[in-house]
Amino acid sequence: MPFSGAEILFDPANLARLGEGLIVTVRIAAISIVFAFLFGMVIGVIALSRSGFVQIPYQLFLQAIRIVPQIVWLFLFFFGFARLLGWNWSGETTGIVVFSIWGAAEMADLVRASISSLPAHQTQSALALGLARSQIYLHVLIPQAVRRLIPASINLATRIIKTTPLLVLITIVEVLKVGQQLIEAKILTNPAAAFWIYGLIFVIYFLICFPIAVLSRRLEAKWSAQ
Amino acid sequence: MELDYPNMIASIPLFARAAWTTLWIAASGILLAGAVGLAGAFCLYLELPYLARPIKAYIEISRNTPLLVQLFLLHFGLKVDALPCAVMALAFLGGGYMAEAFRAGLEAVERSQVESALSLGLSHYETVRHVVLPQALISAVPAIGANVIFLLKETSVVSVVAVTDIVAVAKDLISLYYETAEALVMLVIAYLILLTPVCLAVWRLERKVKYAVFGR
Repeated sequence: MPFSGAEILFDPANLARLGEGLIVTVRIAAISIVFAFLFGMVIGVIALSRSGFVQIPYQLFLQAIRIVPQIVWLFLFFFGFARLLGWNWSGETTGIVVFSIWGAAEMADLVRASISSLPAHQTQSALALGLARSQIYLHVLIPQAVRRLIPASINLATRIIKTTPLLVLITIVEVLKVGQQLIEAKILTNPAAAFWIYGLIFVIYFLICFPIAVLSRRLEAKWSAQ
Repeated sequence: MELDYPNMIASIPLFARAAWTTLWIAASGILLAGAVGLAGAFCLYLELPYLARPIKAYIEISRNTPLLVQLFLLHFGLKVDALPCAVMALAFLGGGYMAEAFRAGLEAVERSQVESALSLGLSHYETVRHVVLPQALISAVPAIGANVIFLLKETSVVSVVAVTDIVAVAKDLISLYYETAEALVMLVIAYLILLTPVCLAVWRLERKVKYAVFGR
């Protein structure tokens, strides 16, 4: 039964609507990734400080973001804060804010780890050679840290993309919601519509995330070999 | 901030019952994922003919698609019932991540270990059982721990296929009483209670493993 009815995928009008939904998904993901990377780098560099005034708030922020599932953060910002604090954000704004904060926390940890995991002798040798602090960062630490950071941060980007389907739950009409609408419109005439539409969305996500994952792995292999 | 505390306290039994559902789905999904992952990683490690390609494809597909879409495809597309669907989707997603964790662990065991064991007269089975697996599992512990926490958190989306987990309870309470903040605060507390012990256990285990491998 579920394998007939594939014609729903060959209707250009359906594909055009899915495309519009996909643009919303990609737009939210892209903006969130940019914000997450920018804020994450700033927070990550600050988090290199060993002072308790930095470490305690940083760890609280990071662990709070990590321990609560993203879906709960979305609900809190969209439904909870609207009720408690009177905020009235659109679904898209909420999505971008939540993904940016979550992504920034994860990115900050990647930045902090990639710099602090460099062996101490790198700094010591550079000091012994007479380099200034700024020169050490610019010519010794950052070029090495970036090679560790880029593959991991590309991975983080795919994680953010893979979290975007949750946006359907805060009323955003992204690709999955458009899929639901198409299925509901055809449910009486085409009972297999759900299989084909969700199957297509499954493939779309794979085609977006897989090449990015391969890129991340290639860069990691290339740079760890050197 | 005024919250309706009596109603929040009254909702505790509902969350407690739903927490069992969440834990049950997480536990069975994670165990299945572990079994799938170990089997997959092992087939790759033994370089079994014909199996490597499909296993690698499975790992890539499960890791590069969102759980929510997997759930929708299984439940609405293939008409799998809600509860088995939740467990299957979690096992499908987790299997890929677990396979990667085990594979990295197996690869971390040096070739010389196997060669030494074989030259000492151990059979292939004994080599795997007493030399390769213990070392591989130990070095895979941090990645497996991270996966367990990740998968437990991922169960939060199963309410989309009508499983009554704690997110579903919170959503029901919101639509029944319109006490949004109260229900969401309870939801956050429920996740903290579920996840904190697991996170602490994983950290402890990681520290022990680190100590066992590298010393102090």
